[in-house]
Parts: sequence; C-alpha cells; structure tokens
Amino acid sequence: DEQFESPSKPKFPILLPHRLRVTTEASCRPVKYTTQMIADGVEDEEKWLAAGIAGLQQNAFYMHRALDTNNLRDALKFSAQMLSELRTSKLSPHKYYELYMRAFDELRKLEIFFKEETRRGCSIVELYELVQHAGNILPRLYLLCTVGSVYIRSKEAPAKDVLKDLVEMCRGIQHPVRGLFLRSYLSQISRDKLPDIGSEYEGDADTVVDAVEFVLQNFTEMNKLWVRMQHQGPAREKQRREKERNELRDLVGKNLHVLSQVEGIDLDMYRDTVLPRVLEQIVNCKDEIAQFYLMDCIIQVFPDEYHLQTLEVLLGACPQLQPSVDIKTVLSRLMERLSNYAASSSEVLPEFLQVEAFSRLNNAIGKVIEAQPDMPIFGAVTLYSSLLTFTLHVHPDRLDYADQVLGSCFKKLQSVGKVEDNKATKQIVALLSAPLEKYNDIVTALKLSNYPCVMEYLDTETSKIMATVIIQSIMKNSTRISSADKVEALFELMKGLMKDSEGTAEEVDEDDFKEEQNSVARLIQMLINDDPEEMFKIMCVVRKQIMTGGPKRLPYTIPPFVFSSLKLVRQLQGQDENPFGDEATTPKTIFQLLNQTIEVLLTIPAPELALRLYLQCAEAANDTDLEPVAYDFFTQAYILYEEEISDSKAQVTALHLIIGTLQRMHVFGVENRDTLTHKATGYSAKLLKKPDQCRAVYGCAHLFWVDDQDNLKDGERVLICLKRALRIANAAQQLSNAARGSTGPVTLFIEILNKYLYFYEKVNQHITVDAVNSLIELITTEMQQNDSSSSAPDPAAEAFLAGTLRYIQFQKQKGGTIGERYQAISTVKE
Amino acid sequence: MVLVLAIGDLHIPHRAADLPPKFKSMLVPGKIQHIICTGNLCIKEVHDYLKSLCPDLHITRGEYDEDARYPETKTLTIGQFKLGICHGHQVIPWGDLDSLAMLQRQLDVDILVTGHTHQFKAYKHEGGVVINPGSATGAYSSFTYDVNPSFVLMDIDGLRVVVYVYELIDGEVKVDKIDFKKTANPR
Repeated sequence: DEQFESPSKPKFPILLPHRLRVTTEASCRPVKYTTQMIADGVEDEEKWLAAGIAGLQQNAFYMHRALDTNNLRDALKFSAQMLSELRTSKLSPHKYYELYMRAFDELRKLEIFFKEETRRGCSIVELYELVQHAGNILPRLYLLCTVGSVYIRSKEAPAKDVLKDLVEMCRGIQHPVRGLFLRSYLSQISRDKLPDIGSEYEGDADTVVDAVEFVLQNFTEMNKLWVRMQHQGPAREKQRREKERNELRDLVGKNLHVLSQVEGIDLDMYRDTVLPRVLEQIVNCKDEIAQFYLMDCIIQVFPDEYHLQTLEVLLGACPQLQPSVDIKTVLSRLMERLSNYAASSSEVLPEFLQVEAFSRLNNAIGKVIEAQPDMPIFGAVTLYSSLLTFTLHVHPDRLDYADQVLGSCFKKLQSVGKVEDNKATKQIVALLSAPLEKYNDIVTALKLSNYPCVMEYLDTETSKIMATVIIQSIMKNSTRISSADKVEALFELMKGLMKDSEGTAEEVDEDDFKEEQNSVARLIQMLINDDPEEMFKIMCVVRKQIMTGGPKRLPYTIPPFVFSSLKLVRQLQGQDENPFGDEATTPKTIFQLLNQTIEVLLTIPAPELALRLYLQCAEAANDTDLEPVAYDFFTQAYILYEEEISDSKAQVTALHLIIGTLQRMHVFGVENRDTLTHKATGYSAKLLKKPDQCRAVYGCAHLFWVDDQDNLKDGERVLICLKRALRIANAAQQLSNAARGSTGPVTLFIEILNKYLYFYEKVNQHITVDAVNSLIELITTEMQQNDSSSSAPDPAAEAFLAGTLRYIQFQKQKGGTIGERYQAISTVKE
Repeated sequence: MVLVLAIGDLHIPHRAADLPPKFKSMLVPGKIQHIICTGNLCIKEVHDYLKSLCPDLHITRGEYDEDARYPETKTLTIGQFKLGICHGHQVIPWGDLDSLAMLQRQLDVDILVTGHTHQFKAYKHEGGVVINPGSATGAYSSFTYDVNPSFVLMDIDGLRVVVYVYELIDGEVKVDKIDFKKTANPR
C-alpha cells in the first residue's frame, strides 16, 4: 500500500517531478516467465481475472466510503489500490478488458467526486499535482487523466495544454496491453473536450490544430505499442499474439474514428496534416497487421470526397506497404466505396474526372499486380473486377475504359494460362457479368473487344454458365439482337453451349443439357430484324452455327431456326416482288435452305420432327403459291411416313397432320392433289388398329370436300370414304366379337353418322336421306341389343347418340334450307 | 366463383421465347383454381411454370409436346359444368366448328376447350360452347398471319360461365367478356 505524502503544493506547470520520471515501469523488475508459469497462466487466467475483480471491488468499496465522507486522502489511496489491479501482466487482452471496464466505471464516480471537490474549494491544480504522488505509475496516470478531465472542464487552463501533458505522460507505460488501455482511457475521456471548432473549449490559443495534434500523437503512440506486441515472446506463440493483437485493434482504430468526427478538419487539413501523418505512421511501422487494418480504417471512416481528393497520396502509399499485406482487399474496398459514392449522386461524377480517378486507380492496380507476381490469379481478377465495377458506375459512357480494364485482365490471364481455380473462375464470371448488369444490354457488352478474350479463359463448364448468364440477361431485358455481325459476335460467346469443345468427350447431365439447349432455342427467337434482308443474313449466320452443333443439339436448334425462317417468308410476302433485284432473298431461296436443313434431322434420326417441319413448310409454300415446292415438301413427308415412322401411335398422329395439312392446301393442281390424296387414304386404310383406320378414312372424306373451293367438292368420293369407314367399323365389330366376345364400340358408327350429317347438311347430293336414316336405325338397334344382352351398357355411346339426336332435332327446328333437309330425317325416339 | 384458366399453344422454345411480360405479371399463383391446357407447351419448364400457378393442371397432347404421355383428350367436371379438352390437330378439318361440335357430343361436355389454330374463338351451339384460347405467346401459326397473344379465364358460377378473353394487341392487354348460361336439363 502506498502512502501519500502531504501535498507540497508545487505550482502548475511543474508537471513531472523528477521522481516520477524515473519511476517508469521499465525500472520495475519484469517478471520472468517460465514455461510452467505460462502454461499455468493460460489455465489460471480465469482465476486471475476473478482475483483481480475481487481486489478491484474491495478497494472500490472503500473508495466509495471515502467518497461518501468527502475524504479526499482515502479516496486517492483506495482508488490507487484499486487501479493497481490493472498492473497485471497475466491477462489476455480479452480478459484485461473486463477488468478495465470495471475500473472505468469506478473512475467515473471518482471524477464526479473530484468535480465536487473543486466546488468545495479544492484547487484543481493542486489536485492535479496531488494524484501524481501515487506510488505506482499506472494508477498514477489513470488518476491523472481523470483529474485532467475535470481540469479541462474547469477551463482554468487551455485544453491543449492539459491534453499535451497527458498524452506525453502516458509514455511512461510501455507495456503494450496496459499502455493501449491507458491511452484508450485517455481517448475516451478527452473525446468531448477537444478544442474543436464550435466547441466550448476552443479559444485563441486553442484550436482544432491542437486537437488534431493531440489525437495524432495518441494514435502514433498506440500504434507503436500495438506493433511492439508482434515481437514480444517466443516465436511459437506467434499465432496467439496475432490473435490478441486483433482483439486490440479497435482501440488503435478508434483514434482515426475520433479524427473523422472532428468538425474542424476540412479537406485541406485532412490532406495536409492528418492523412500524411497517419500514412507516415502506417508505412514506417512496417507491420503487416497494422498496415492492413489501418489502411482499411482510413478508407472506412473518412468521407469519400476526401478519398477522391487525396487519391494520389493514398494510392502512393500502397507500394510502400509490406508485400504480405492484402493490398488487393484494401484497394477493392476503396473502389467499392468510390463506386457507391458515384452511384449515390450524379453531381459528384465531375469530381472523379477532375482527379483522374480512373487512370490513377488503373495505374495503381497495375503496379500492385506487377510488384507481386506471385499474387494468386483470384486476387488479380478481384482487383480488376472491382475496378470494372467502379468504371461502370463512374464512367458508364466510356466503353473504352471498361474495355481497357478487361484488356489488362486478359493480359494477366494470358500470363497464367487456363484458369483452374474455382474462386478465380467465379470472379471472372462476376467480372463478365458486371457490364451485363450495368448496361442491361448484351449489345453494348458485345462492343467491348476484350470481352470474348476474357471468356476464352474460362473452363468449359464455367463458359457454359457464363453463356447461360448472358442468355438470361437477354431474356430478362427482352433484348433483340438485330444484326448479323452482332449475332456472330454473340455466338462466339455462346461457343460452349452450341458445340462440343475440341478434343474433350463431354459428360453432361441429360437434364442440364436439355435446359441449356432449350435456352439456346429461346435465344434464337431473339435474333430478329424487321428488315428482311438483314434478317436473312442473320438466319444464314444462325444456320451456319447450328450445323456445327452435332446430332444431339440439332433437334433443339433446328425447329426455332425453321420457324424464324417461315416468319421471314411471311415478311417477304408482304413486300413488293424483287425489291433488291438480286436472287438472294426470296421465299424460294429460303425454302431451299429449309429443305437442306430439315434433311439433316434424318441423320440423327428425328423423323417425326422432320415430318412436322416439312408439313409446316408445305403450308407456307402453299401461301406463297409455290406448287412444286409445296409438292416436294409433301413428298419428303410421305417418304418419312412410309420409311421411318413405324410406331403405330406415331403413325396416327403423323397421319392426322398429313390429312389436316393436305385438306387446307389450295395450291395443288388436280393431278398433284389426286396423287397425294390417294396416298393419304391408302395410309389411312393401312393403320394397325381398326378404329384408327376407320377414323383416318372418314377424315380423308374431307380431302374431297373443301368449303371455299367449289371445284373441290366431290360428293361421290366423300361417300366412298364414308362407306369405306362403315365397312371398317363393321369389321372392327366382328373382330371384337371374335377376339373378345363383346360387340365392341358402337361409337365408331355414331361418329360416322355425324360425318354423314355433316356432308348431308352441305348438300352433298350423294349423301341421301335414306342412307342417313338407315344408319340411325342401325345404331339404335345395336344399342338396344347391347342393353338387353349381357354385355355392359355403354353410357358414353348412349350420351353421344343422345347428343347427336338432339342436334338433329335442333336443326329440324331451324327453318330454311337446313330445317327442310333435316325434316326428312327420322329420329327414333327411345 | 371458380376461376379456370384456359391456355395453350405456347410453343416454347420452338416458336416463342417466353410468355409476354404483361401476361406473366397477371398470372400469379393462388388466384386460379384450375388450369386447362390445350397442349404444345412444349417443354417441361413450361409445365412446371403452369403447375406453379395452380396445382390442378389438366393438359392434352399437342403434336410438338416433349412429353408424349399427355392424353389425347380429357374430361373433367367443375361445378355444374362438364369440360372437355383436346388439342385439336386430331379433328379434321382443323378449326372446323361443326367437326369440333361432334367431338363435343362424343365427349358429352358442356364446354370444349381446344387449340391448334392459335385463333381465339368462343362459339356457342346447341350442344354447348367451344372455346379456343388462342396462343398465349402469339406463336407462329400456319392458320393466320396475325396472331395476338391470348388466353382465357372462365368464371364458373352455378349454371353460368363468364368467359374473359385477354389479348395482347399492340402492346396493350385488352379484355373482352362473353356470357354463357346452361340450361339445367337432365342428362
């Protein structure tokens, strides 16, 4: 326990009695740590902390008693004892902090007491001197700071003088942890008492310059202490030390934060005083941890305009830092902040130009990458990615800047070769996606000449992913790519999706592959131009590209190509004949191209798809009055039907399409039409299942009767078809009887009846009312037989018949020609 | 009030890239109780999208559909109405209302929903109503040079169905409505 000598009342500004100067911590014999003690220490840290807290609380208790009884002497005595707990070396920073916080709280009460003491007549100057008689330096300095706080508030001396004294006195503590906390205390109690502009502590002799000087000095000393920690203790404990250092870093950084809050610091003072001093300390300390943290601190706490205006200085410090500092993160964060600043308001953009921000950053990054040839490619790409984002925000109209950045990145990639690192490829994708997101328009991105160069360096997988990203961007923005050149450039980027890369046998998940190819198909829909000539050029580019895709891709890419081409045919139709004079773009040319293209599907083979496409083309040829072309398409379709489509279900659908298409053709002359019709009816009769045969055959009846073409109303042939259908229906019944013991579907007959009515209504002379009536009778008899026999009743057929009979009734009531014709039909009432 | 979406002939990705954005923003999940789809989606992604709008999805097969398992025709009952679905390429002549009426009788339904022509139609005959919702993407059709994207929403309420048709014309969504009442005749 220290004894206090009676105050000898020296006059201020005698600050440092000789005795105090000598009694620094250095003169106290340091405790030598043995390995054992250290080992014990780590385990016993909790114990020591508990002991420290206990000691602290005990003394605090007595201190409170002294405060309550206005006993200054005892207050000083017990507070000093209490603060002695902070002299410990045994606690890690984390635990020391707990002790410190309690001491801090107690000192607040002490401060209030001091203030009251001064009101009771005690001179603050004397008090200031009195506390310096404490025996141990650490408690002494804590008390001094506490009194100092009251002193400044009293305004009996300029704030700057007290602050200066305190910040220099704290030099007495050179132990890193203790020193950092002490100076942190000083910082905390002085925060609101700085002679800032507009503060009550500002005076003639007391200006913001002094405030800044104070904070800078505290900061410098704290950094030195902090850096010293790195080298204390054995090498094997380096990790633990670094962890402890990181726990303390905010104490050092706080000073910069304080500076950022000083109102009186304007741009000039920042640029001329604050930044240079801070950077000087950062560079000179040559400590990796400090450098990284503090550079980042500067960037985060000071305003963006300041960074812009001091960009040169800031960037100039970067090469001077230790090579192991993660400078790319620092620069990335700086660029991120500046990007956001640019994005916040367009008014600040001229500033960027004025300080030549882009070229400075570009150079700085170039220098950093050059200086660190061993930097992993991931780091380099991240830097370029941040720079690109910056450029896009600040100079959105300068595509050349963006291209420059991509170019630099490309050069770097070249020196490295194909990128294998996952993180790096992700960054490249981010780099390439940035222009897409910014411009919302692939066309603009295509103008960046280095864009495809960078894409080259993606591995196949990632290249496909990037291609998909591009397609998604196009879809999202409904971008149209409307010139053949741009389409070519775009396909360059899509390479990964559109063809197999050389050499590699690719194993692709089927579902993924489907998805990819479907997006390529969607993409093809976006390649449009309203000018037929340009559109034709685009189609040629598309065709060339998809032909290299290989058999797996063609079924996905040929259909959209075909339909886009058919749309072009329509466009051409709408124009005058031969607007260009050359032979290139006529519907005929396009049909020839289509023929050649669809043909390729047969090699895969995809005959069903090919058949559908041939029929579509036939219809389009029909609309352009190109009979031979249409006939040829039909021929191709028929050949496919005969030779390649053997699945019975597929045949039924194919035949529906053939008959349906043929029914609508008006371009054919009699001969051609006859041949095709004859073939179609032949196919119909040869379908495997009798019901299918029946339906196809009565479908063919429509081939002989087209409403809007008078020369195509062959009533006789219609009837032949319907009768044939009836015969097939009969045969179907017999077959059913023989094979299954039941009569089979009456439905077919009802369907045929409906067809009879259809043609009867259209005044087909060959469909007589008697034929209709007997058919109705036949059906009704059948159904009655079914009801009475053991076979199950057919409600569907009954409902169908009922519906048909209702229809007949309805038509009877219509009046006019229809009503007349229907009158003759006798419907048997059930 | 039961809302039934009738939609079809999207032809994605062969003839169209996607539904028009204005339609997409109108079709939100949770508002529709049933979806009737005439076919020619053509790919699974479109199926999944429709399913996300409403889990009760009924589809018939179009000739370009990737999934060959969709049925050729389908019937279902919603409220007092019997509905039938068929893509329509099977009914010759294509788009012929009398032939479609025959199909309607055969399926014994009040409302037949069919597609293939990409032309919106709502036709009432003595046997019921034939509705063609058109092509939701305005896909190329050999039937007509002028395809506007369209779809149909049916509001079934007791014996009455109100058919709303949404068409995208010159970039604007136009709505029209038609009323149908069914007589409660015993069947």
